[in-house]
Amino acid sequence: MMLIATGTVSVAHYLVVGAIMFTAGIVCMAVKRNALGVLMGIELVLNGANLNFVAFGSSYLAGEGRPPLGLDGEVMALFVILLAAAEAAVALAITLNFYNNHATVDVDRADDLRG
Amino acid sequence: MTECLFSAMLAQLPLAAVDWHGLFFLLFAAIACGAAVMVVLTDNVVRMALHLVLSLGATAGLFFLAGSEFVGAMQLMIYVGGTLVLLVFGVMLTAQTQLVALKTPAGDKVLAGILGAALFAVLVQSAVSIEAWRRPGLAEVAAPTATPLGMALVGVRVDAGDSESDRRPPSGYLLPFEIVSVHLLVVLVGAAYLARAKRRRTPRTVELVASVESSQPSRVDAGASESASSVLVETGR
Repeated sequence: MMLIATGTVSVAHYLVVGAIMFTAGIVCMAVKRNALGVLMGIELVLNGANLNFVAFGSSYLAGEGRPPLGLDGEVMALFVILLAAAEAAVALAITLNFYNNHATVDVDRADDLRG
Repeated sequence: MTECLFSAMLAQLPLAAVDWHGLFFLLFAAIACGAAVMVVLTDNVVRMALHLVLSLGATAGLFFLAGSEFVGAMQLMIYVGGTLVLLVFGVMLTAQTQLVALKTPAGDKVLAGILGAALFAVLVQSAVSIEAWRRPGLAEVAAPTATPLGMALVGVRVDAGDSESDRRPPSGYLLPFEIVSVHLLVVLVGAAYLARAKRRRTPRTVELVASVESSQPSRVDAGASESASSVLVETGR
């Protein structure tokens, strides 16, 4: 609530939000048994990292001087968004292939290569 | 009359004293973090997808609040509009009753919780430990970033200043842009190849093919009967 009264959104606020999303994504990847749940965890991780890129590149949040990343942060965020789309397409295709062959999306059942 | 009353009541409120940027930051941050945590906590994959949509949409709001409106718009269009629709299609294609809510063992949850808490402590400690990052922003409204972004993607940096350190060779993003473009093309072709509709190796397909063959022997050409026999060989193996 102090934030509303004083108006002091800083880079650290964005970093904390990004840390929460990153951690939630890591735990999601580790915990979920559904392959699509693991995919959603990956999306959360990429978004948490993206939030940091944008925060460091924002001239709105920067104090005196230029922001640490400037325009590079936004370009990196765009590349991350594009590559996340590509990654989701391939991972979804693999998941559907797995579902076609095994009739399940439980990642614990994908143990055909176990020695 | 009522408009007069309404505007008079509005004038009474201390609206000018409210920092709208901070207020909306808190709103979007709460939605983004809460929905991200709900993605972890729920077991139902359909609800996970819904919470993910909420979280990524609120992240787009945070991008807008940071002054990078083009990235926020791309987040809404590509992520929420494209990638998540793809994920929801995947959920729908694989949504069988026993697969919708796969339970996680309690031991795994506890272990992952400890791991997540440790990682979160490290990240937050490093985020707030640097004094320059805690300094509040000047909140200067910058120029729209769409034009500098587009120029940077074709290799021209119009945002660089005139100082001596900025006079190094041009550091645009033409080559990474081309690499990402070709990468996206190859990946989509590969995804279409991986996810193409294949013949399911289940007894039901064999029965269907066999019934078609037996009922209409004259219309089945040589290729179809050959593929049907290969299916029979594969399933009989």
